Amino acid sequence: MAGIKSLDELKALRDKHRESVLGRDTGDSENKIRITVGMATCGIASGARETINAIIDEVAKEHLMNVVVVQSGCLGYCYAEPTVEVRFPGKEAVLYGNIDAKRGRELVQRHIKNGEIQKDWIIEKTFNNI
Amino acid sequence: MAEYNLDHDKLKKLETYIDNLQEKEGALINILHEAQDIFGYLSKDVQLFIARKCGIPAAKVFGVVTFYSYFTMEPRGKHVVNICMGTACFVKGADKILAEFKRLLDIKEGNMSEDGMFTIDTLRCVGACGLAPVVIVDGKVYGRVKVEDVEGIIKEYKQD
Amino acid sequence: MVKYRMDLLVCGGTGCQASGSSEVVETFKKEIEKEGLENEIQVITTGCFGFCEKGPIVKISPDNVFYVEVTPEKAVRIVKEHIIKGRVVEDYLYKEPETKEVLHEQNEMPFYKKQLRIALRNCGFIDPENIYEYIAVDGYQALGKVLTEMTPEKVIEEIKRSGLRGRGGGGFPTGVKWEMTRKSKSNQKYVICNADEGDPGAFMDRSILEGDPHSVLEAMAICGYCIGADKGYIYIRAEYPLAIQRLRIAINQAYEFGLLGKNILGTGFNFDIDLKYGAGAFICGEETALINSIEGGRGEPTVKPPFPAQKGLWKQPTNINNVETFANICPILLKGADWFSSIGTEKSKGTKVFALAGKVNNVGLVEVPMGLTLREIIYELGGGIKGDKKFKAVQTGGPSGGCIPAQNLDTPIDYDTLTQIGSMMGSGGMIVMDEDDCMVNIAKFYLEFSCEESCGRCTACRVGNTRMLEILNEITEGKGTMEHLDELKELGQIIKDSSLCGLGQTSPNPVLSTMNFFWDEYVAHVKDKNCPAGVCTALLKYFILPDKCVGCTACAKVCPTNAISGEVRKTHIIDQEKCIKCGACMATCRFNAITRR
Repeated sequence: MAGIKSLDELKALRDKHRESVLGRDTGDSENKIRITVGMATCGIASGARETINAIIDEVAKEHLMNVVVVQSGCLGYCYAEPTVEVRFPGKEAVLYGNIDAKRGRELVQRHIKNGEIQKDWIIEKTFNNI
Repeated sequence: MAEYNLDHDKLKKLETYIDNLQEKEGALINILHEAQDIFGYLSKDVQLFIARKCGIPAAKVFGVVTFYSYFTMEPRGKHVVNICMGTACFVKGADKILAEFKRLLDIKEGNMSEDGMFTIDTLRCVGACGLAPVVIVDGKVYGRVKVEDVEGIIKEYKQD
Repeated sequence: MVKYRMDLLVCGGTGCQASGSSEVVETFKKEIEKEGLENEIQVITTGCFGFCEKGPIVKISPDNVFYVEVTPEKAVRIVKEHIIKGRVVEDYLYKEPETKEVLHEQNEMPFYKKQLRIALRNCGFIDPENIYEYIAVDGYQALGKVLTEMTPEKVIEEIKRSGLRGRGGGGFPTGVKWEMTRKSKSNQKYVICNADEGDPGAFMDRSILEGDPHSVLEAMAICGYCIGADKGYIYIRAEYPLAIQRLRIAINQAYEFGLLGKNILGTGFNFDIDLKYGAGAFICGEETALINSIEGGRGEPTVKPPFPAQKGLWKQPTNINNVETFANICPILLKGADWFSSIGTEKSKGTKVFALAGKVNNVGLVEVPMGLTLREIIYELGGGIKGDKKFKAVQTGGPSGGCIPAQNLDTPIDYDTLTQIGSMMGSGGMIVMDEDDCMVNIAKFYLEFSCEESCGRCTACRVGNTRMLEILNEITEGKGTMEHLDELKELGQIIKDSSLCGLGQTSPNPVLSTMNFFWDEYVAHVKDKNCPAGVCTALLKYFILPDKCVGCTACAKVCPTNAISGEVRKTHIIDQEKCIKCGACMATCRFNAITRR
């Protein structure tokens, strides 16, 4: 590593490394958008790991600092794995099914970035409308 | 360097350390730390060597060595048992732990056991107050030590 | 660069390492590799979380789950359950001792709820051995800002306006100190960081150096810029090997990145930092003694004035601040003096780190705004007294401070209120004592410390403290008189008045404050020859309770001096003349028939 020559260089270096560290700051997690990926055995078997990594990558690419991506256990929709839940602060969660890596990226673009809920991918039988 | 009753290789190591110092002024304490690391303790000859090497009166070196409790002029046992006597450890009974070590090893604080295996020392707070009372043997920290544990700790080191 | 989806933050402070956190890190790494997740999950060794009582601590991010007392075996299960399947292992979470409620998140825990972390902001959050992580959390931005946008005068003005006072004990306004050193004319000036944390029972400086070493380096460079110094020393205790190692790594990295050395950030400002080791002398926490020690001599204090700001290291103007003070500098410059001065009390701004230890449930390091009450710290953060015992006193300020009794528990604490109630802030050690602690014995403990650590220069301190200790020894052995108590007071006052340095001037405080608040206990020792807490062995007497004794003869058999007599199935009696107070009978009796008074 050659020395940092100016404040601007230092700032650039900070911005480059910022997200990996600030993702840890979950002190105000209730104010953040939370994406939860079901990562139980069946989820993983259906490719949930690829999905979560794709989502994380997409979030990082877009520098979406207000998004937390976490995994959870089985959400109970084995027929629709991998499942992904998106929860905006103060709003009801939306549960998507059959989200592969490609859809995961699209989900970040459409729902998180542009706020468009992807109706077609929602698991219909969520507990609210049973 | 024959005038010193010291191990030649160790002395060489100390000399190299001193020669490589950028600023010798004020380095005495760091030099003494290095010397104690190498020799285990600061004998008269080690102090004389440092004094002559650095051009400092031997009396000053002696004065510094005796001022600081970290430095010792006595040979140390193979294993050094440090018992923390900081406040947190004290209120949790460190004095009883110390007494038990002294009783089992039959030596006083700062002394070496006859077989050369152990030295008992006390120190003031290693900052692991959450684990009080604390005993440190050769750098390994034992936390929440009870009087009954002392025998076992000694045994651990007796074998080798 | 790789973006990890999950960080495992494992505490690598001295406390947790002693509880085995290194093995936990190894296990996590091994298990994660076994599962092929090493590119997704990152294991990071951080600085101290402060919750040493329940170490080793592991925090999982971004899930924000806080595991306590993690062992290698538990680590295996955490990987299998939490990391692979996303199921939180409830058994390993922190349980609220009173309600037995399981708490997932750090901020739900009473230990953390009232904390406000400024000096400890990065401890337990970043990897202290990785400069990228420090840079990522605005590291060296304050230095950059100062060097490019601010004049030294403006920086000093900002620090003055923030109201920051020295965290090492005295509470001297930091900005004023910097200004004094700046105004001294000289070609060569020095910055010294006092990391000789000698107060037994305080470990905040160690934790900052282990958990966030760069923050201290950065603040020292800023100080150098302000006062016109290009050389800094960190005077650190040799008893802190881990802190020394982390500092060495940090200094090397800072040089490599051009954040120390020549022409920092292309601004033409130069600053070097070197480590100097202490060697186990409490007195070296005093400024002038510390300077003598860095110069390679005996750490004896000298007369002030001249102050170090005028004539310090090698007779040049020198600014000395302690570790925690430096750790506050960068946040003040980045967030502004107004932000900092909005925290705390009227005359004590910001936060203070306290090392909570002794007889509390949650031993550890806490950082709270000035002005919290002792009750809040001990009962809410500290979780109350261990084993439902009764609170007796809390000792603050180490060997220079005093014991504060229960009636002052609701005093909001800052520099001035603590002085008013006969103690002091000191470096922030806070030792909680319960009904089983004898205050005379505690005073003796601190006095022994001061006697041992007195440099011997002033007669009052060297001889006076020894005399006081002799008197205390007599009292605890049952040979005390009421005249002794008067002598203690008089001697204490003389030592206070006629010693040169802070150590001597404050060394009688533990005795005087316990005499002030626990006079009855002293009188009990002297007049009744009784130690109410049952600590001073020479004053104890063992008795057999006739209504409980069944005459089993077990006590008589273990008594090493044959002091117990009595027939089988009849009440036994202890001969007080023969009894050596070893307590063996009490430990043996299965009927609780033996008491100690």
